Amino acid sequence: MATTAATVSDKNLWKGGVEPLKASYGKLMMWFFLLSDALTFSGLLVTYGFSRFSHPTNAAQTVFSAKYWPLPEKVFTHIPFTHMPAPLVFVGIMTFILIMSSVTMVLAVEAGHRMDKAAVQKWMLWTILGGFAFLGCQAWEWTIFITGSEKGLIEEGIQIIGANLKGNEYGPVLFANLFFFITGFHGTHVLSGVLINILVFYNVSIGTYERIGHYEMVEKVGLYWHFVDLVWVFVFTFFYLV
Amino acid sequence: MAHAHNDHSEIQILPPDKAKIRKIWMTTLYLGLATGIEFIAAFTMSAGPVKTILFVLLTFFKTFYIVGEFMHLKYEVKMLIWSIVMPVTFICWFIGAMLTEGHSVEVLRDWVQTWYTNMIQK
Repeated sequence: MATTAATVSDKNLWKGGVEPLKASYGKLMMWFFLLSDALTFSGLLVTYGFSRFSHPTNAAQTVFSAKYWPLPEKVFTHIPFTHMPAPLVFVGIMTFILIMSSVTMVLAVEAGHRMDKAAVQKWMLWTILGGFAFLGCQAWEWTIFITGSEKGLIEEGIQIIGANLKGNEYGPVLFANLFFFITGFHGTHVLSGVLINILVFYNVSIGTYERIGHYEMVEKVGLYWHFVDLVWVFVFTFFYLV
Repeated sequence: MAHAHNDHSEIQILPPDKAKIRKIWMTTLYLGLATGIEFIAAFTMSAGPVKTILFVLLTFFKTFYIVGEFMHLKYEVKMLIWSIVMPVTFICWFIGAMLTEGHSVEVLRDWVQTWYTNMIQK
């Protein structure tokens, strides 16, 4: 016990008087929550893989068809304010925004270790801004996908314009469903992340963590934020690129 | 650190840790480069196993840096690392099983379709 007391500061001890895995209770529980969330997201992405493998694909796809699984680079070709086709560029920008907001989050955590309140505030604000920018881009992406093209898809005399849960001009309806579920579930995570970030920013500003003596809450919300970024890395590769 | 705990009225702000911040930006650079390579490969390489494997490897590379450096898992105790990584390995089985199953559904769908068409023609 003497050695434990020497290396572990009192604030980290759990109610049983020890510190399992040398992690605070909150951080450890955040890790296990993220683990369960990772399983949920892999369930969604694996469903996408299953659906894609169970549909025929057409590598030289020139027109869309309800029979063939669409190539994402033929579907997501629009960037705001322009009319030139730019496949996946917008998604690339979204990825960049989210990675950068992850970086500002680590910088906030680093500032928290030094008890530098002003720096924590600055980096938390950048992170929140990045989160909002990402959500805005995603709303735009959804709008483009839901609105669809002017002509739409005409198959067996029926015209389908845009995509929703019942019809999809770019391919099987399942593709649209999975798009809404996967990016929607991720977007909900980003939204809740932004809200928690705002709450933590407020607490930083009124000096709550200075009073407690450490900025561990910034670290915990940071873990969540990086996880959301990580999920996007997977969505980017396995939904948009492959 | 010890001061900050004993004395709450006086908060000691430490100067930025240059080495740590440099490491954060280096990690950012690696993540950016990996994403850049993925982006270029998406347009220059033709679809096939090589392209898919490249994407998977780069995604793992990014995961390693995000989880290891940004989420700090690399510096936690070994038992904590394993208790996160071990359950995740089950997902690999999940992916393999479901992709095989999905492919089987496609093959059988064609087979059933052909069988049905032939039956009608007879």
